[in-house]
Amino acid sequence: MVAKKVLLRFSNSLISKPIVYRLVKDYNLAFNILKAQILPDEEGEMVLEIEGDRACYEKGMAFLKDTGVEVLNIDKRIVKDEERCYHCSACTVVCPSGAISIDRETMRVGYDPEQCIVCELCVGTCPPRAMRVEIV
Amino acid sequence: MAGQTEVRKTYSEINAKIRKGEAVVVTAEEMIGIVDREGPVGAARKVDVVTTGTFGPMCSSGAFLNFGHSKPKIKVSKAWLNGVSAYAGLAAVDLYIGVTEIPEEDPENKVHPGKFLYGGGHVIEDLIAGKEVRLKAVAYGTDCYPSGEIDTQITLQALNECYLFNPRNAYQNYNCAVNFGNKMLYTYMGGLKPKLGNANYCSAGQLSPLLNDPYYRTIGIGTRIFIGGNMGYVVGPGTQHNPSVKRGENGVVRAPAGTMATYGDLKGMRTEYVRGVSLQGYGTSLALGIGVPIPILDQELARTTGVSDEQIVTQIVDYSTDYPQGIAKSYGEVNYRELKSGKIMIEGKGVKTAALSSYPKAVKIAETLKEWILGGRFFLGEPQETLPSADAGVSFKPLTQR
Repeated sequence: MVAKKVLLRFSNSLISKPIVYRLVKDYNLAFNILKAQILPDEEGEMVLEIEGDRACYEKGMAFLKDTGVEVLNIDKRIVKDEERCYHCSACTVVCPSGAISIDRETMRVGYDPEQCIVCELCVGTCPPRAMRVEIV
Repeated sequence: MAGQTEVRKTYSEINAKIRKGEAVVVTAEEMIGIVDREGPVGAARKVDVVTTGTFGPMCSSGAFLNFGHSKPKIKVSKAWLNGVSAYAGLAAVDLYIGVTEIPEEDPENKVHPGKFLYGGGHVIEDLIAGKEVRLKAVAYGTDCYPSGEIDTQITLQALNECYLFNPRNAYQNYNCAVNFGNKMLYTYMGGLKPKLGNANYCSAGQLSPLLNDPYYRTIGIGTRIFIGGNMGYVVGPGTQHNPSVKRGENGVVRAPAGTMATYGDLKGMRTEYVRGVSLQGYGTSLALGIGVPIPILDQELARTTGVSDEQIVTQIVDYSTDYPQGIAKSYGEVNYRELKSGKIMIEGKGVKTAALSSYPKAVKIAETLKEWILGGRFFLGEPQETLPSADAGVSFKPLTQR
């Protein structure tokens, strides 16, 4: 199984054609539309979160590219700016995944990217804005 | 017998020891064990100075600056630093930039919670970092100051003067904030999740300056301090200084109480100890590091500086209804050892705790101040007048609206 976020760009010639539904119909992929808009020069842009079998995902993406859709991976991760973090602990109580922890001896805040689910709750909570979203 | 155990030292005696490199200086954390082992009298004989430290958002802060006269000259009536309005109702080229000021075009809380990415606190941090800051100013023009506007870049080093002059810093104790309501709250005490989702506090506890000298016997105008990585001074009681709150048997206040107004030159400060902050849904502020040396003039000061986290309590306050509506109500007392453990019990429920203040920074500040004194680079400033104490009859008055 894979779960990825992608940005799709449709040229103005593709914009009136039904395309993404085929990810469900032909490739058995589930998606969640996070953003969709038509730009001033009639290009379309869509951000999808796509989930499904890895082989199906790759075939689905190949189908989109063959159709002429531009596919960009926008997987994100959270990075901690060690210089800006001053070890309060405001973020520790909003983190739902256990990625942010506090050493009770030193009261220093630690971050384990492996456990992070990129919910981004820490980003807005952090007073010195030490937690940032990075597009991978 | 009591007379034989009295320890008496003066500021000048301790400063003479510092000059000779003979002063015994410990942090307020280290003092706890010394007082435990040797008692207040033994500790007072042994230790000359106890250093304290605190680091956290301190909203009532700001900087005065004088940027020098332009040619032709200007008497500024409105001014902006990186788009943040600075108070210009002073002489021609003097400004005051407050840390919670935000740019006029900031979206504020129009999309709640607002992000507040840049404000007066960030301008101060940028100046200390040595960055160029854009100065825009307008004026109506006079015979002696004909210019109508300026738009240029300034840096800290090029300014004549630039100093923090903070009306209220280093609160002696602070509320433990919780949310009894049903929706998420975004406060100056951080995000508070509904139905007691978390409990936030903001104090260095046993390291906090005013908690180590609870009756302010050594703190007042002229007390030399660590501020933002530089030396500075206490300039008097801070706004909302309230020494009359209830105290424990050890004299320690059980709720927010004393405050101090402070002064410190930006030239010589370090961004490590002065940081612009964005409090989601609330606004901007400045996280600032302050450390106060407490001279051990007698055994009573040894006793008070020996205070530990479990001997300091604060009140649990609801920020969904009580705090915003001005209802003074406590949901119980909790001590700082419990708060720092990560979990406290409120009405039978285990609640996770978080701090807005930084304990590791407080430790570093107390250690740095200790090194300065041991190195003979920092001498005690004897206050000309100490902060009003519990017997001064000071009260914290609410506004009377007519």
